Amino acid sequence: MTTLTADTAPVVKPRKEKPRLGDRLLFFYTWAIIIWLCLPIGVMILFGFNNAPGTGRINYTWKGFTLRWYQHLFDDPALGDSIKASLIIAVVATIIATVLGTLIGLALGKYRFRGQGTVNLVQFAAISSPEIVMGTSLVALFVQLGTGFGYATIIIAHVMFSLSFVAVTVRSRVLTLDPALDEAARDLGAGPFSTFRLVTLPMIMPGVIAGALLAFALSIDDFIITNFTAGKISTFPLWIWATQKNGVPPTVNVMGTIIFAVGLVFAGISALTARRRDV
Amino acid sequence: MRGLKGRLAPYILILPGGLWLAIFFVVPTILLLSFSLMQGNEVDGYQLTWHWQNYTDSINQYHDQFVRSLYYGGAATVIGIVLSYPMAYWIAFKGGRHKNTYLFLVLLPFFVSFVLRTIAWQFLLGDNGIVVSTLKDLHLMSSDGHLLQTSLAVILGLTYNYLPFMVLPIYVALERVDHRVVEASYDLYASRIATFRKVIFPLSLPGVFAGVLMNFVPAASDYVNATILGGPSNTMIGNIIQTQFLQFRDYPTGAAMSAMLMAILLIGIFAYARALGTEDVLEAAAR
Repeated sequence: MTTLTADTAPVVKPRKEKPRLGDRLLFFYTWAIIIWLCLPIGVMILFGFNNAPGTGRINYTWKGFTLRWYQHLFDDPALGDSIKASLIIAVVATIIATVLGTLIGLALGKYRFRGQGTVNLVQFAAISSPEIVMGTSLVALFVQLGTGFGYATIIIAHVMFSLSFVAVTVRSRVLTLDPALDEAARDLGAGPFSTFRLVTLPMIMPGVIAGALLAFALSIDDFIITNFTAGKISTFPLWIWATQKNGVPPTVNVMGTIIFAVGLVFAGISALTARRRDV
Repeated sequence: MRGLKGRLAPYILILPGGLWLAIFFVVPTILLLSFSLMQGNEVDGYQLTWHWQNYTDSINQYHDQFVRSLYYGGAATVIGIVLSYPMAYWIAFKGGRHKNTYLFLVLLPFFVSFVLRTIAWQFLLGDNGIVVSTLKDLHLMSSDGHLLQTSLAVILGLTYNYLPFMVLPIYVALERVDHRVVEASYDLYASRIATFRKVIFPLSLPGVFAGVLMNFVPAASDYVNATILGGPSNTMIGNIIQTQFLQFRDYPTGAAMSAMLMAILLIGIFAYARALGTEDVLEAAAR
């Protein structure tokens, strides 16, 4: 209660005071929201260990601990196939989107040119457009062209929606560079390509890697646009969507848990490398 | 020579990615609009007959879903602001050296697939789930009450799924608030509340706007939450568009609805972008 009386005293240096009651409440509030955010993750992990009977379609109540679903993860080959499809699409789309997005990011960060506003506008639209509109628009295109749907159409879509994110990430990195470095390299006799390879690229690399990780994450988790452009291909999110109507087996939780763990490892690695670069 | 090269360089860099966006984003959007005015079917092909009836028909038939989408999306966004703001404020001003840890925890749900997260809520809110049974034990809910298949569940799911996109931009805006400005306000004998109301809150508004954008647009056009957490009476416009495109393959009607959804949302987005300057919003959105 002493903290309350501090409120009436004139505020001099807020830094030196004991934590206020309000701050302490906000601290608990923040943790309450974090727990709320993590609740479904806990449920997912826990019920991957649930000893649900039979094929596990009725996985609603806790029936005891088992590692059965980890051992029989790929008993349904469709799950493995969907993971394979997701990985192939994410890798290819990430490579293309990273290259194209990095080039755009460089142009936007390094140069002032006519049409810059248009490029910004199109990117802004591509980032903020509702996914369902982009998905239906691509259906309109592919139906008109008569191409059918498959890996190619999914990858085209994924590159389309992730390349702007790469470009924006790279651009903000390029903006932090000193243009004098480029000039110094030229003055020392480096051509434009060796300047890029030896000076610019290493310096923007953290931005490029961050952009690539973002593109990969967006691609592997995309549901709505993929749902429209996939045809008969089933990625992991599409496969979950299809099975969800008849009850989700614990193997889905197991796969989700594995992806969660892998994601955490990647995040840890990228955080560590970023820290080392900054030092 | 170098001048010309220098002037061409940005265009050469932009060309491949720009073409990709032009062919697979700009052109399809125009095609969607033209599709929405066509008549025909998959076998006979489609003709552009300026069939405006696609629009009037879909409004007449599905205005409930349009209204519901805006209502659910709006509710999720408003709840999102109320839930996120205190948290973003605390992390930005009191997070100290653990700021990044808190942000990481906020982003943790994104390491789980979107569909899977929503299914986890279906599980938690189910009639045998812990939420309903706890509420019933506390007599906060009648014994025959449900949570799943109600609009409340859909709004909760939408709020949950997009909350990190609200916390982050608000946090970024608050983080950028210059502490000297806040101290100047105290030095001028402003109370804590007055300082918040007149200094901190106005400076954080761009973050709130960006968060609104990043919540309302995906929430209003979503159909995953409505399908998994809602029932037949909670369908949103996304559900209808999805059914038209992927089940009935009635592309013109679906395109008309998609175009209307786009029009409603884009008018809102550009009004925002205009008011704040495109780059600011882009930057906030990218963080």
